[in-house]
Amino acid sequence: MPTTNHTAAPAGTPARLGASIRQFRDQHPHWFLLLGLMLAALLLMDFTTWLVLTLSGAAMGAMLFLMASGMTLTFGLMNVLNLAHGAFISLGAFAGATTLLFWLNDQAAASSLWLNLAGVLPALLFAVLVAAAIGLMFEWLVIRPVYGDHLKQILVTVGGSIILMQLIEVVWGPNEIPVPRPEAFSGAVVVAGIALEKYRLWAVALGVLVYALMTWVIERTRIGILIRAGVEDREMVEVHGYRVRLLFLGVFIAGSALAGLGGAMWAMYQELITAHMGDELMISVVVIIILGGLGSVKGCFFGAILVGLINLYVGFLEPRLAAVATVGLMVAVLMWRPQGLIPVIRV
Amino acid sequence: MLSNLLSGDLPRSRRLTAALLAILLALAFGPFLFPGVRAFSMMGMICVFIILVASYDLMLGYTHIVSFAHTMFFGIGAYGVAMAVGTWGNSFGSVLLGMAGALLLTIVLALLLGLLSLRVKAIFFALVTLAVAFAFLSLVTQLYPVTGGEDGMRVRVPRELGPAFRPLEQSLWGFSLPDFCSALVSGSATAWDDALFQVRINGRTLMYYVAFGTALLVFLFLLRVVNSPFGKVLQAIRENEFRAQALGYNTVLYRTSVVILSACLACLAGVLFALINRYVNPENTLAFELMVFILLMCVMGGMGTLYGAVVGASLFLLAQNYLQDLLKLLVTQLPPDSGLANLVGPERWLLWFGLLFVLSVYFFPAGVVGQLRRWSARRQQNNPVVEVVAKPGSQTLSS
Amino acid sequence: MSGASGNPRAALTLSGIHANIDQYHILEGVDLVVPAGELTVLLGRNGAGKSTTLRTIMGLTTIKAGRVRFGDHDITGWPTPRIARAGIAFVPEHMGVFGQLTVRENLVLAAINGPMDEDRLAWLLDLFPPLKKFWDRPAGNLSGGQKQMLAIGRAVIEPRQLLLIDEPTKGLAPAIINDLADALEQLKAEKVSILLVEQNFNFSRRLGQSVAVMNDGRVVHTGSMAELATDDALQHRLLGLGLGAHQ
Repeated sequence: MPTTNHTAAPAGTPARLGASIRQFRDQHPHWFLLLGLMLAALLLMDFTTWLVLTLSGAAMGAMLFLMASGMTLTFGLMNVLNLAHGAFISLGAFAGATTLLFWLNDQAAASSLWLNLAGVLPALLFAVLVAAAIGLMFEWLVIRPVYGDHLKQILVTVGGSIILMQLIEVVWGPNEIPVPRPEAFSGAVVVAGIALEKYRLWAVALGVLVYALMTWVIERTRIGILIRAGVEDREMVEVHGYRVRLLFLGVFIAGSALAGLGGAMWAMYQELITAHMGDELMISVVVIIILGGLGSVKGCFFGAILVGLINLYVGFLEPRLAAVATVGLMVAVLMWRPQGLIPVIRV
Repeated sequence: MLSNLLSGDLPRSRRLTAALLAILLALAFGPFLFPGVRAFSMMGMICVFIILVASYDLMLGYTHIVSFAHTMFFGIGAYGVAMAVGTWGNSFGSVLLGMAGALLLTIVLALLLGLLSLRVKAIFFALVTLAVAFAFLSLVTQLYPVTGGEDGMRVRVPRELGPAFRPLEQSLWGFSLPDFCSALVSGSATAWDDALFQVRINGRTLMYYVAFGTALLVFLFLLRVVNSPFGKVLQAIRENEFRAQALGYNTVLYRTSVVILSACLACLAGVLFALINRYVNPENTLAFELMVFILLMCVMGGMGTLYGAVVGASLFLLAQNYLQDLLKLLVTQLPPDSGLANLVGPERWLLWFGLLFVLSVYFFPAGVVGQLRRWSARRQQNNPVVEVVAKPGSQTLSS
Repeated sequence: MSGASGNPRAALTLSGIHANIDQYHILEGVDLVVPAGELTVLLGRNGAGKSTTLRTIMGLTTIKAGRVRFGDHDITGWPTPRIARAGIAFVPEHMGVFGQLTVRENLVLAAINGPMDEDRLAWLLDLFPPLKKFWDRPAGNLSGGQKQMLAIGRAVIEPRQLLLIDEPTKGLAPAIINDLADALEQLKAEKVSILLVEQNFNFSRRLGQSVAVMNDGRVVHTGSMAELATDDALQHRLLGLGLGAHQ
């Protein structure tokens, strides 16, 4: 991430510095918060620890971004609140783990990067496919009948989440499943005497890649124009001859697929999966989409990184308060900006 | 007089009246009708959950506020008592002190949540409460020295409410309905005698009746609330918040008071739970799953009817306790280890309940109570009854 | 009630349309013919059902009874996107400009058959110069009149057979209203059929060829604008009924 630095701004007097910080805060609240958090953490620990934690936090954030982006888009575009999103995270994790454990175990257990990739990539792909396919059915059976009614959406998606998680237990059993991480993705690389975990670097790279891709689609393509227009005024998009339903179905499937991808990544990160892992991650996902502003991909990305970082920083300083700090961050941001960091939806 | 007691809000369906009477009688004479520890503890849970679900209905059904923090307040009540008796000994004084402290914390937190909800859109509220409740759960789980962490805490109840306390010298006679029925079915000539059993009144029986009495009073109180002018304003807010505002009602004040009232009642339910269950841990008071169960009970019973809370809590807890037996029976009829046997295994009862829940939201959005009322209204067509069932399609949330 | 006489072809025919919004019955049997290649003005007081008529044609309300014919198609009950693709463009009263999108993106979105035609775009930007000026700015920053230009521009970025325009002059300054009228004159010259809802009688008198007046969810008068503009008695009767507030 390029650090556009506010401290480097020309500061003639403290008053002018204060003013420019304030201006920066109001114009780029996401950068302000991110840099502020990183700076605050740097004051509380030594540099090496800080760097390792920052990388880990960014990695966690990148995976959380994959999981959360789909939910924020479905809400933004169609005003649909899908509380079963966590179930798709679990689905992806189990689908990916199945591929690694049973179908491509040889590749996964090998010690060459290329063989490992030949195991990991199909695993991620399979996770994406499974989540997308179930997403298609889920939209059809569960969400379509309750369009435009938030209360019913909350109810049926909570019910749908129970059903999906139970079905996962039917297929894969109720027990935790260990997921071995292929060798090429384990261990660390040492840069200037600091050990950085490889898998985390991969996760950050994938997260940034997906973010860049999504940004490109949304900013530069016709589909992106339609999505942004649909977020703003669904009816007018239909008036111009586009079937918003299909567009939404596409976005929902893509969102589910991303959740599946995030879940599979998370499975290899944690090396242990349970059917309910999606429920636990849903909390972070919810915090992220509120933090970022419902419907905003950019806000979602920054929200995810913020949640990842605060989890790791606070987890290092006082492990018991990590979850509280995450939710505290959300509450604080809501007090400051009720619509989230980068609001998209107007009331 | 009865109508007055029920604040004029009658069940309005003969079948519903019968069901409610059956539940009332079963709970009132429960210890004398159903022998066995399992039935006894289930009835206690029904009483606790009637309070919990009815207070949730006040928010969900009557005001369309979706909160996922109801279990947090339940947990505060339960842990409040557990920690108080743990610290100050098992006297009524410490129970009261613990309850007072829990209520205080509840009011503060509910007020903060209510104030926070002013800053955000209605739909945010559900998500914010979800996150806050989770943070609370994680805090309770992590603070091992204070809360016992995952292990939870035993609650040493006052002696008068424990099993060792015997208010009566001799035991009383009970009449076991399950035994009587099975004896009738098997054609036993001595069915009446077989069904008699001895009931020893102890502190736990007393505690059960405290819970039962509280549930009854809270229920009647809530009926009064929703049928008061205050309750009418809530329903106006539910139907159209903007219009209610335009009529000059401070909707923010109303919504916040509902959140606080409902939270306090949940806290009270938590106090009763701790005393009746005598063991609290994060799983039985704070887990997200429990929150989902409350939602299920409220919706399937019938949102916005209050009676739905009674029916929903009773049906759900019956299912939770006995549906598994039924599934176990079913699974013995199937080839072992087949996919089908996996699907209907007793541990899969939640799958079927989830399915039932989703279907009921689609096809019976007014829940059991709403459906019964609709049928009875249809039957009395020449004497039309105004339909006051919650309109589930309302869009208050999206504003 | 048949449409204006002397038109061989009707662009759009409504017969006996009943439509509801929520539980309110808004249209109670609307019969209306929009002659091909003409500008028809739909007059009537607030709440007469003019906007609902346009929305109903566009498939945005549910038709309880009656038929809508557009050219050779019976479009009754078609979904909105299909109606749009059949060749009807709609500019609602609130204009429906996408404020987060730039002017360019608004037009790209409106050009449903692929990239915009260069010549037509040039013609359009000539018609509405501000659109060129604010080409890459978010449309939300435009003024009311500029938004209206963009809204109409979107409707005509590709040729359409029928334009439905709901109160384009609402809340605009007189100078801008004049510009709009000039632009609509140009579109008229293109022989596009236009159905225009308008409360501003001077504006509609200038543009309208045929006219229909609505009251209480029905069309109560149809005829030529020339006839209405010259017949004081008729005007008085209809104005007393429909346009009193604007005189």
